[in-house]
Amino acid sequence: MINNNISEVITVNMGPQHPSTHGVLRLVVDIDGETIVNVEPDVGFLHRGTEKLAENRTYHQVIPLTDRLDYLSPLSNNLAYCLAVEKFFDVKIPERAEYLRVILAEMARVASHLVWVATHALDIGAMTVFLYAFREREEILDMFEVGTGQRMTSSWIRIGGIRADMPEDFFVRLKSFTDKFDSCVDLYENLLTNNRIWKMRTIGIGHLSDEDVQAYGTSGPLMRGSGIDFDLRRDEPYGIYDRFKWEIPVEEAGDTYARYKVRMKEMREANKILQQALEQIPATGEVMTDDPRVALPAHEDVYERMEALIRRFYIVSKGFKAPKGETYQGIEAPKGELGFYLVSEGEERPYRMKIRAPSYVNLGALNKMAQGHMLADLVAIVGTNDVVLGEIDR
Amino acid sequence: MGLIDRKLPDNVLTTTVDSVINYCRKGSIWPVTFGLACCAIEMMACGAAKYDLDRMGIIFRATPRQSDLMLVAGTVTRKMAPVVRKVYLQMPEPKWVIAIGSCATSGGIYNTYSTVQGVDEVIPVDFYVPGCPPRPEAFFDAITALQKKIMTEKVVRK
Ligand code: SF4
Repeated sequence: MINNNISEVITVNMGPQHPSTHGVLRLVVDIDGETIVNVEPDVGFLHRGTEKLAENRTYHQVIPLTDRLDYLSPLSNNLAYCLAVEKFFDVKIPERAEYLRVILAEMARVASHLVWVATHALDIGAMTVFLYAFREREEILDMFEVGTGQRMTSSWIRIGGIRADMPEDFFVRLKSFTDKFDSCVDLYENLLTNNRIWKMRTIGIGHLSDEDVQAYGTSGPLMRGSGIDFDLRRDEPYGIYDRFKWEIPVEEAGDTYARYKVRMKEMREANKILQQALEQIPATGEVMTDDPRVALPAHEDVYERMEALIRRFYIVSKGFKAPKGETYQGIEAPKGELGFYLVSEGEERPYRMKIRAPSYVNLGALNKMAQGHMLADLVAIVGTNDVVLGEIDR
Repeated sequence: MGLIDRKLPDNVLTTTVDSVINYCRKGSIWPVTFGLACCAIEMMACGAAKYDLDRMGIIFRATPRQSDLMLVAGTVTRKMAPVVRKVYLQMPEPKWVIAIGSCATSGGIYNTYSTVQGVDEVIPVDFYVPGCPPRPEAFFDAITALQKKIMTEKVVRK
């Protein structure tokens, strides 16, 4: 006679070489039949020692390292790091640079969410969305290339402003992109929002209540999808975000579908910010501060004045000194709150750099989200978590 | 070891069979999906609509058992190196490896305690693609180079 009440927990391994763990994440999954009992993420397969490396780099040299943390939106990381360093000095950023920073950061948000929707849908089985989303992402990367010369890791946001002004072509392309982008999001939503398979795979999966969110400290869409109305751009404003009008999407349900809706809406709102920034941006102006403590002296000065030459040489070869103390700056990155905590001992290099990576904290809630679901749903749950191993392992 | 040992000289029969087999292999390179870090995003972009690896017969496979090319795209850390090697050993012959990005070729900007300074420390590499990350065009360059290399291979008598 078969006893149907036997329950036996077995442990299976998922990753690190697995197409839907979004990188090199290893999950140790305890399953009872098909039901997940416990999931334990094993991280560190991409530990590159960024924080340690930063202790041996000057403040400027750290910027390229930040690019490679959350490599889906490198410019948001640049922004967070530069804002943290600028807090040491209280530098005033020129108007035009402030707008360009907002433009670059919001474009990075859109690009990151596009990769998210592409891979998330691909994991669940909708291949078409992948091709459409990457078509738009290519356009954004082309614009980055026009403006910065690099497709992904451009390190374009620098301490005290941005590296150089954008060419005219960048704005023309961005204008036409923002004009049509809403209809592109409509297209993705047409494919997914009312799709029966999509709904069956996402509604009720990976539930997080608002107490859970607070207990685990998840941020970004994982928080707004559970009914908490919080966005650092509005609640702890940095840069010039207070000048734009946009809404913060919040959904009550707390499941994968709700987070999907939040992210789709976020893309539209980012597009709104981009449109407003394009209208408001001053036509000309400096893009780098002239504060001599952080900025390189102007080229004309270097050719004519000895002091400027020495200063330039000093900053390039040794770096500039930051005052003793510590700073923290968090920004609303596409994945959640990305924070840089810097300790300075009054030297040219940070004494310690701690990165508060949103994906790392969000991954902590994975077990809570996955318990009680089927093993096949784990793929959807990892996808909705939107993890990037670069910033988890650092 | 080929089908026949080196007992006979090259003749029109073996070379023709070789080139037919090579031609087929060249047109259906199946790489194993093995994205490690940032470079993997560019690899995905290559597979998407604009660059479209499919037109070269390249379809990403999720398992090493079905693939003959390994694209190592990203930083190989000390914790990951045994896995890279294991996946490589699981692939059936003939197999090729392309190291993508400066991390996989030489460690790149990460000269730290936890990174392997180039994936060639653990597995043999056929082609190196520079860049951080390389442009999709650079990927295609490596793949065309690999196709040329495949055409020169001797299959029947090794
Ligand atoms: S080479 Fe550059 S882009 Fe590629 S994995 Fe290394 S750091 Fe990332």
